[in-house]
Amino acid sequence: MVSQSTTPSVPVAGVAERDRPGAGERVREAVVRSWRPVALLVACLLAWWAITAAKLIKAYLVPSPAKTLQVMGDKTGYLWHHTWVTTYETLLGFVIATVVGVLAAVVMVYSSAVERTLYPVLLFAQVIPKVAIAPLLVVWLGFGLAPKVVVAVLIAFFPVVISMVTGLKAVDPEMIQLSATMGAGPLQTFAKIRFPASLPHLFSGLKVAVTLAVTGAVVGEFVGANEGLGYVIQQANGNLDTPMLFAGLLVMSLIGVVLFVLVEFAEKLLLPWHASRRGTAVTTTY
Amino acid sequence: MAEQDASHGGSVRLEDVAVRFRTRKKDVTALRDVSLDVAEGEFVAIVGPSGCGKSTLLKLVAGLLKPSSGTVRLRGEPVTGPRHDIGYVFQRAALLEWRSARRNILLQAEMRRMPADRARERTAELIAMTGLTGFEDAYPHELSGGMQQRVALCRALLHEPPVLLMDEPFGALDALTREQLNVELNRIWRETRTTVLLVTHSIAEAAYLANRIIVMTDRPGTIAEVIDVGLPDERDYATTMARPEFADATGRIRDLLGAASAAD
Repeated sequence: MVSQSTTPSVPVAGVAERDRPGAGERVREAVVRSWRPVALLVACLLAWWAITAAKLIKAYLVPSPAKTLQVMGDKTGYLWHHTWVTTYETLLGFVIATVVGVLAAVVMVYSSAVERTLYPVLLFAQVIPKVAIAPLLVVWLGFGLAPKVVVAVLIAFFPVVISMVTGLKAVDPEMIQLSATMGAGPLQTFAKIRFPASLPHLFSGLKVAVTLAVTGAVVGEFVGANEGLGYVIQQANGNLDTPMLFAGLLVMSLIGVVLFVLVEFAEKLLLPWHASRRGTAVTTTY
Repeated sequence: MAEQDASHGGSVRLEDVAVRFRTRKKDVTALRDVSLDVAEGEFVAIVGPSGCGKSTLLKLVAGLLKPSSGTVRLRGEPVTGPRHDIGYVFQRAALLEWRSARRNILLQAEMRRMPADRARERTAELIAMTGLTGFEDAYPHELSGGMQQRVALCRALLHEPPVLLMDEPFGALDALTREQLNVELNRIWRETRTTVLLVTHSIAEAAYLANRIIVMTDRPGTIAEVIDVGLPDERDYATTMARPEFADATGRIRDLLGAASAAD
């Protein structure tokens, strides 16, 4: 088959060389990229400190950063335990929402009858305020882990389904036709084309879902719990212990940020090919 | 070799084929009274105004579309569903972004469950044949349009299909790259002796590459004329352009298409 033509008959343009920056360069890049958000964060902390230091607001309403940090230091074990409980509920809810959401999306995309049946139900389930059904869940499921996880699942499920359905439907139809001419069965087409192609969409849904799952778990704890950060905040609220309330809030936000970063890291690892992950900025704006 | 008798042993045969689409507002006839016979090893180009059903015709042959009436045969057998004994190239390369050039080509082998060592061997051959050497591990976004289309061509040829269907494969490329790829396609066709059906908008491309050119009319698409190009299979680009056969063929197509659609 390869006769006289083992060498290309025409010269071809080169593949763009990818830059491999050194360590120093990378640090500089990281600084350039992140100094703005860091500066904003520092400014917020400074404002918080200034307001409390100038006693513009009474200390029992807004505690100083120092006081809040002190509480976090004094009650580390207590906070750590409740943080772990909330994190566990959040993760469990997030994982269940992801698995069920992806499966539901796949079924909906492959069967329009199921899609037509399920979509209105899904939408209805989504518009019910989760805070409103949380008490009912406590009545049904008790004060344990279950109602918190269920609220987290309910709240995180919707973005997963919607993004996965969008992703599965966004596949190039010509790619599917090509797959048919290759003699691929539906399972092969799904595994090698449809599923990987839908992952960028799925991940944008997962990033929304993971932050919502924290909210879900805490809402569940508000309604009835003797553990978790929601419980910590309710207790602190009852005792007018604002430093503890602030500490709880801070830790709770931190959970959300850490989980978000983890999902983003997984995305980076799994989808190095995706357009949004390619190298440094290509465009320059003024 | 191109002068086989097209009347028997046909590789692709369409008899009285019509395709009608039903849209919400009206019925559209995409193709009407299309009969066509392509011999084994023949290179047939299909030209015509936009929307005349050229792509529809290829999809019929591939079994991706069912004719409303008439019969389509591929290598003697009636086409009843997607056919696997073809290679298909689209205008857009339709590569998987997450696979390197080589692994995009190997998709064909994976889907067909070809033996791995044979697939690797064949991929290496095709990469050399199409001038992709050195770009095997590049991802689609790192490749130029021409290189992407070469990858798509390799993928379509991996399983040595007896029939290659190409739907405006070079339509999105710049003129220079297009000429290069035309020269390469002519060479690949001569080396593989596969039957080729090429849909194109370029009159020069059709005349340079094909044994026969099918000129279609505006919607509903019918065959206006079949032109025998009468050039030898091995064609040097520049000298071919200067030959009277080339001028006759392109002149005739321009006459026909000018009559069919002055705007196109």
